[in-house]
Amino acid sequence: MVEFTLPKNSRIKKGKTYEAPASAKRVKNFHVYRWQPEKEENPRLDTYEVDLDNCGPMVLDALIKIKNEIDSSLTFRRSCREGICGSCSMNIDGVNTLACLCPIEDIKGDAKVYPLPHMEVVKDLVPDLTHIFAQYASVEPWLQADTTSPPNEERLQSREDRAKLDGLWECVLCFCCSTSCPSYWWNEDRYLGPAVLLSAYRWIVDSRDEATGKRLDNLEDPFRLYRCHTIMNCTKTCPKGLNPAKSIAEIKKLLVARR
Amino acid sequence: MAAYEIIDHTYDAVVVGAGGAGLRATLGMTAAGFKTACVTKVYPTRSHTVAAQGGIGAALGNVMEDDWRFHMYDTVKGSDWLGDQDAIEYMCRNAIPAVLELEHLGVPFSRTPEGKIYQRPFGGHTLNYGEKMAHRACAAADRTGHAILHTLYQQCLKHQAEFYNEYFALGLLMDAEGACRGVLAWCLDDGTIHRFRAHTTVLATGGYGRAYFSCTSAHTCTGDGNAMAAQSGLPLQDMEFIQFHPTGIYGAGCLITEGARGEGGYLTNAEGERFMERYAPSAKDLASRDVVSRSMTVEIREGRGVGPEKDHIYLHLEHLEPAMLHERLPGISETAKVFSGVDVTKEPIPVLPTVHYNMGGIPTNYHGEVLRPTKENPDAVCPGLMAIGETASVSVHGANRLGCNSLVDIVVFGRAAALRAAETVTKGAAHPPLAKDAGEEWLARLDRFRHAKGSLRTADIRLNMQKTMQANCAVFRNADVLKEGVTKIDQVAATLADVSVEDRSLVWNSDLVETLELENLLIQARMAMCGAEARHESRGAHAREDYPDRDDANWMKHTLAKTGPDGKIHLDYRPVHLDTLTDEIETIPPKKRVY
Ligand SMILES: Cc1cc2nc3c(=O)[nH]c(=O)nc-3n(C[C@H](O)[C@H](O)[C@H](O)COP(=O)(O)OP(=O)(O)OC[C@H]3O[C@@H](n4cnc5c(N)ncnc54)[C@H](O)[C@@H]3O)c2cc1C
Ligand code: SF4
Ligand code: SF4
Ligand code: FES
Repeated sequence: MVEFTLPKNSRIKKGKTYEAPASAKRVKNFHVYRWQPEKEENPRLDTYEVDLDNCGPMVLDALIKIKNEIDSSLTFRRSCREGICGSCSMNIDGVNTLACLCPIEDIKGDAKVYPLPHMEVVKDLVPDLTHIFAQYASVEPWLQADTTSPPNEERLQSREDRAKLDGLWECVLCFCCSTSCPSYWWNEDRYLGPAVLLSAYRWIVDSRDEATGKRLDNLEDPFRLYRCHTIMNCTKTCPKGLNPAKSIAEIKKLLVARR
Repeated sequence: MAAYEIIDHTYDAVVVGAGGAGLRATLGMTAAGFKTACVTKVYPTRSHTVAAQGGIGAALGNVMEDDWRFHMYDTVKGSDWLGDQDAIEYMCRNAIPAVLELEHLGVPFSRTPEGKIYQRPFGGHTLNYGEKMAHRACAAADRTGHAILHTLYQQCLKHQAEFYNEYFALGLLMDAEGACRGVLAWCLDDGTIHRFRAHTTVLATGGYGRAYFSCTSAHTCTGDGNAMAAQSGLPLQDMEFIQFHPTGIYGAGCLITEGARGEGGYLTNAEGERFMERYAPSAKDLASRDVVSRSMTVEIREGRGVGPEKDHIYLHLEHLEPAMLHERLPGISETAKVFSGVDVTKEPIPVLPTVHYNMGGIPTNYHGEVLRPTKENPDAVCPGLMAIGETASVSVHGANRLGCNSLVDIVVFGRAAALRAAETVTKGAAHPPLAKDAGEEWLARLDRFRHAKGSLRTADIRLNMQKTMQANCAVFRNADVLKEGVTKIDQVAATLADVSVEDRSLVWNSDLVETLELENLLIQARMAMCGAEARHESRGAHAREDYPDRDDANWMKHTLAKTGPDGKIHLDYRPVHLDTLTDEIETIPPKKRVY
């Protein structure tokens, strides 16, 4: 196997340990990745001892407790706290997931919390999403139709056609899937990755959309689509229970069918 | 003060906020050819609109015949006659084309067997002026907000709108004549400061639910736009009207949509009784939210709550078809499982009235223009500034918002703001020079907190505020509790002078963001408490035990709250608009509200 030597300044050092109060009975260690751009230091792993008797059930609750009570400089994204906004995606115990949907009790032993892998880190647990959102825009994820919609009523869509969108439109753009995909890690500049391909497929199967041909043309590319080798990490990790690998397979099928 | 590099931008319009309201305005303005910037502290798809569940209200009549006049009547009644009837007429009429437009833009609405937009019953929405329940909430399963927000974002991408994502707006640029000339913002990504100059500035920053300990709102719902307006000397309106949603999950606070009751769910107390039949014989579990929340609170107070502490209520869905739950309520089924460990097909969900929505905010007219009322003209406009969505008080919700009326509010008035800009702003017109030091006070504020070395944590002060609001400005209020509340919240606000911020950096300094948000929340919390203390009547969500009745003779008026130079909250009032917009409907005269 090829061995990589990481550049010196990206090696993660052991950081500080913040001890729980002596009175705490049910303590869990959270090892959390820390890196500040303004300090010329290597990333480090700080350890926070969290008293679970005074903490909500999810990993996000623990992070908020740390920020509120132990170390207010710890930085992470969060908003809805109920798994719908997609902000709090991170790598917890080796798995990409939403911290607000990840029960602490499901983690055996110490909890390790890192930013989404293979992304540029802005600070601590905050990755840079500029590129991946630009990729999202590149598949033109909006309705395209030449037929004008009826002026004073909705376009009709059968319940069966509408059902084809289920499992697709619910994506929260957390990018847990894309950042768990080895193909995306090595080709993120050119491979679109599972999240974006799922969004592309969402419009391909919408009975109201008339740009299927153009959409497929745009995807028929050795890199944009065909870097997917059906490794299935994406589907396994999706915290919303969606199946991006299946969407990709469906796109490939459509491409074969039209040949 | 340390030196900060300031980057200047010039636009026709700048929209602050990328929730449903901000995106609809950005879309309208960009599509009309205005050079428009949308500045938002979270990525657009993270905005709290994404959490809206049950539906968007419009009298489409897809399930049974409906009329916008019925929608208007219900909204005026729901508002307990504090809503402005011209604005309500504007909203309910335009709701129909606005929802159809959303479908045309691609929103994945659920469908009826004929393929039309699916509509479900919602609290307080009736047919024929209260005769029976309407099916008015247009739904995309129980993730309607997600469907709408993502679609609007996609449309903005299509029109290549210019987004400034993860920029935190700090304050308004007001000129010597009192006109708004733009906004100052801080880029979290690289720590730079940006000054956006614009002919029109649109605040679309959402509500301030996080002033409370338990709320359905996201962590980012801190009412920053309200606070920015207040800090520029503009009044905020009707801040004491805060909606408690009947069904927040006990403990977690996450919402279970009213649509759950719309689809046949019901509430019970410890005796297993469907108590809403006693309080609202006709609408029962689908009475207006203020009514249901009060009834639940009374049940709990009188010892009929469920659970070991007898401190909550059960919401039952287990009698409903599992297939139906799966199709129409998948989101809340999942939320109930994750946050209360309940399988909705087998057991009831433990719920509690939970802070959910702010009827009050920045006063505007129905074009979205911000008002700066004077003695002579209670409807005087503040030039260059608009407000839309939950941050605005148009006022279409008055003293109590009906379910599914906020999503329609945000798209209707987001669109209205774009239309108004087209009338009042000339594309590409030259900008008069900006004062050299424009925005300096907001930068000074940032710098002061950034270096704050006091003895109290931001989170501790925030918790004190949230607990005070929860205890002293709740579902039921009275003079003693509110007087104490005013003193307490002022004391909490005063402790902000002793705050400490640990992180001194500028890149993604979320410690500093939370401290700025805390100050914003405190301004609004004080106004809410003072407004509530002063209002000696019960109306909509404001229920005074010592003044149990609505008092139209003295109190059919909007509260205006301002922070004076003395740091105290000053209250004033302005009349409610009873006149409708057109003669297609007459003023709906006040009467007693029964459901
Ligand atoms: C759980 C839940 C369910 C709901 N369900 C329904 C429903 O079914 N039907 C219905 O009609 N209503 C519902 N509502 C209410 C409705 O969702 C909200 O009132 C509405 O979405 C608010 O939209 P908005 O655009 O005004 O603000 P938001 O969506 O809250 O957006 C605010 C925007 O402002 C930005 N912002 C804030 N401060 C700053 C700052 N300082 N600098 C830069 N940007 C800033 C944010 O980044 C964000 O983009 C629900 C509310 C909740 C909490
Ligand atoms: S299935 Fe395709 S997209 Fe998913 S992880 Fe594997 S290679 Fe990546
Ligand atoms: S498919 Fe799942 S993991 Fe991927 S972005 Fe969407 S919600 Fe997140
Ligand atoms: S905070 Fe919104 S998904 Fe976790």
